[in-house]
Formats: sequence, C-alpha cells, structure tokens
Amino acid sequence: MQLAILKKRAELLSATRHFFNSRGVLEVNTPVLAPAGSTDPLLDSFVTQLEGGSTPSQLLYLQTSPEFYMKRLLAEGSGAIYQLGPCFRNGELSQRHNPEFLMLEWYRPDWKLSELEAECCALFDELLGVASYQRRTYREAFIEFVGLDPFKTSLAELRRTCVAVSGIDAEQLDRDGCLDLLLSHKLEPALKNLGRVILYEFPASQAALAQIHQDAYGNPVASRFELYINGLELANAYQELTSASEQATRFEADNAQRHALGKPQVTADAKLVAALEKGLPDCSGIAVGFDRLVMLACDAASLDEVQTFSAYRW
Amino acid sequence: MANYATNEFKGGLKFMLDGDPCSMLDIEHIKPGKGQAFTRVKFRNLSTGRVGEKTFKVGENVEAADVMDTDMEYLYTDGEFWHFMKTDGSFEQIGADAKALGDTSKWLKEQEVYLVTLYNGAPISVTAPNFIVLPVAETDPGLKGDTAQGGSKPATLPTGAVVRVPLFVNEGDLLKIDTRTGEYVSRA
Repeated sequence: MQLAILKKRAELLSATRHFFNSRGVLEVNTPVLAPAGSTDPLLDSFVTQLEGGSTPSQLLYLQTSPEFYMKRLLAEGSGAIYQLGPCFRNGELSQRHNPEFLMLEWYRPDWKLSELEAECCALFDELLGVASYQRRTYREAFIEFVGLDPFKTSLAELRRTCVAVSGIDAEQLDRDGCLDLLLSHKLEPALKNLGRVILYEFPASQAALAQIHQDAYGNPVASRFELYINGLELANAYQELTSASEQATRFEADNAQRHALGKPQVTADAKLVAALEKGLPDCSGIAVGFDRLVMLACDAASLDEVQTFSAYRW
Repeated sequence: MANYATNEFKGGLKFMLDGDPCSMLDIEHIKPGKGQAFTRVKFRNLSTGRVGEKTFKVGENVEAADVMDTDMEYLYTDGEFWHFMKTDGSFEQIGADAKALGDTSKWLKEQEVYLVTLYNGAPISVTAPNFIVLPVAETDPGLKGDTAQGGSKPATLPTGAVVRVPLFVNEGDLLKIDTRTGEYVSRA
C-alpha cells in the first residue's frame, strides 16, 4: 500500500461527499450487521450469531448491500440519501473482488433512471475527469460483440457458443448462466477498449430489484443499467421496485432458487416488505464499487493495490 | 482418485481433463455483480505440453491426476528408451520414450539430474535443469582478439543442439546454456 494511493482514496472520498452534500443528498449510516440478509441466489452472505448477555441468540447477516435499510429510510420520508460503507460478499476474492469492500450507494426519490444516469456520469466526471459515455442496450452489445441476440437465441445455441468460447460443461447452465458466461468472457473483454459504457435494458430475468418494462422489440427487460469503465463493472442502477407484493414474491422465488442450488435459505426482510406496503416513493437507486473507482483513479491493476489490507494481506 | 472443487484450485494442481493429466498455471475468479460466478483456469496439458483455457462453474469438481515430479539422474539410452535413475538412494530406474523426452533431448548429459514427471508411475515429461554445461562439438574456428563484441556463429553440441555463440568460442570449449531459452550464457 503506497501513501500516494491512501491519499488519493481520501481525496476521492472527500470529493464524493462534497458532490452529494452540494446537491442536497443526505449522508446516512445503516446497519452492516442485521437479522435479514440478501436472498439473491447468486450472492452469499457471511452469517454469524448474536449470543451472550441478556439477549436471546439470533442469526445475523453481514449485509451484501445497504439497499434494504436505505429503502426503509426512503419509505419513512428521508428524501434523497447516500451512503459510503462496507459491504460483505462471501466467496468473492480475485483481482477485482474482495470479501469486504466499500460501497457507495444512493437513492433519488421521484427520479427517473435516465436522471440518475446523468448524475452518475457527472460524479464520475468529477472523480475521474471528464470523458464521453457510450450507451448500448444489452441486446445491442450482445449482437455487436458476442454475435447473437440474447433474447431470441435458443438455449441449445447459447450453450454451444459457451462451449466454443470457454470449454465449459454447458449442459448445467441455464439461460442466464449462459448469458453471464458470454458477458464475462466475450462482452467485458470487448468493453476494455471502449472507455465508459452504459449497458442498459438487461433481460427481465436479471431484474433483481428493478422494475420491468418492454423494449422496442417487445422483450421484457429490467429498468436497470450498469456502467463499465475500460471493461470494469463499476455501477449498477435500478428503477426501484416499489410493489410490496412483487417484492415478497421475488424474495420467495429467490429462496426457492437457493434451495434448488443447494444453498441455505436466507431470512428475507419482512420489514422492507412492510415499508413498501406503507409506500416507497417512486425512486431510482445506484450502487458503485468504490474500491474499483479508486483502482481506476490510481491506474491500479487490482483491488489489492488500493485497499489498505485486502484478504490477500490480512 | 480424489476430486478438487473450484475453491481448492491453485497453481500447480494436477488434474485430469479429457483423459490427459494437466497442471494448473493460473486461476481467475469471474463474477458479475448480479450474475453467476465462474472459475477460469489456464493449464498445461502434461502429455502434449500445450497450454489451454477452460472455464468451470463455481462448485464444479475436477478429478485429481496421479502425477508426481521426481528428481532423476540420466544414465544412458538404448536407442528406444532413455534411462533415468532416482536420486533418493533407491537406485530405481525408469525408461522414458522419445515422446516423454521431447525437446529435452537437446540438453541431455550423463550424470545430470532432471525433473521426470511420472503419470500413473510412467514418465510423461522430462525437464532439464535451467542451466546446463555442454562442450562444443563443432564450430568455425575462433577469431583471435575478438573476445567481447562482434557477431555470433552457430555451434553444434554433442546432443545435436545448435546454439548461437560469440565468435571467440572454439571446439571443445565448455558452454553454460539456459535450457529454457536455448541461449548461450557464458563459457563455463
């Protein structure tokens, strides 16, 4: 860890806070350790136990993102909020991953996704210098860089392409698994040479907590975008789901899929569903991997270079 | 044989792929923020020497390969097999065929110790030490006075290997050679 990188990180944190404070967005801190966790079948939480003292023992999750608590604040009328805080994802360690990382997440009540996109670009211009942004739908990017339509191509054909691209035993991959593989093996490498790219209109099956609409070709797509810089996935944004019943349904579907994958069930956040019932304002929200942003600002090749003590150096 | 799951993958791990023993060179964890995780492995096929890549779904297993690296001293060849002896005091001998020997035939020298890779007890590859000293069997006469700079010329070794050497090198000189690049290092 170089002193120059420590200083750069501190500058970026300070500039980020200044950016939001000057725009009237309130900084908040929500629990990192909580009795409900992310049910996302593709995210694994660290699970621990509250015990001792006078409290009954209780299962607790280190949060994979501050999303649920921030939405509960929004439902209580907080207005626009942002948070800079640690998040935890089990089993993720690589040049671009660390089990603990710093997340920047913010929400804009009454904002459309396009407005949030403009603000996200303004923030990156502020922190990394001004540059142009290319926009491509998920479909356009797949046609251009993978050579197939992600909505129309048959599963058999997707699997054949996966085998050709990566040698994987593709029989066990479902449709989204195939698309994830092609995204990481073909699309992301192609994005390396394109600077800042906004990828939007993901398949509805990859909506997570985003609303769903139809694209120009009648495909159901998620109101979601991801921002890539030089092939590095930096930000993920949603037009947030506000329907309590739909949220409850997705929690249940997630846990059913977890069961199918042989993964433990996760306690879903009933209070989030209750908050949505009470009324979450229409809003858009976005999460940015802050360590990756520091990586780009320092021209570093790995997360390890920009974290004070990564898991490689605990 | 044991299995290894993706979270046990590491450089040097020997595993079976399509019937061939392979050694992992580089492992990369791939995970989109909202997507499935994969493990991409760069490996060397120990039978063919070729380097390849294959992606695994996280949680997938590979079969361990019964592969062992052993230090062995080169003894002699009978024309069909090249015979090596273990240096662990057992004096156990093993014959490697031309395929297992591969390019290492260029750097063979009696009483030198080589790394012999055994698969199911049989040799599949032989690796020379990084540096080896061999005499010059044949080269154009050396030029007196030209000891430092100037061009180079080919020199043939007793093994048949040809290396580029400085002009001052003579027949019978002992040469130190880097076996990884096949390049002359110095006179020994």
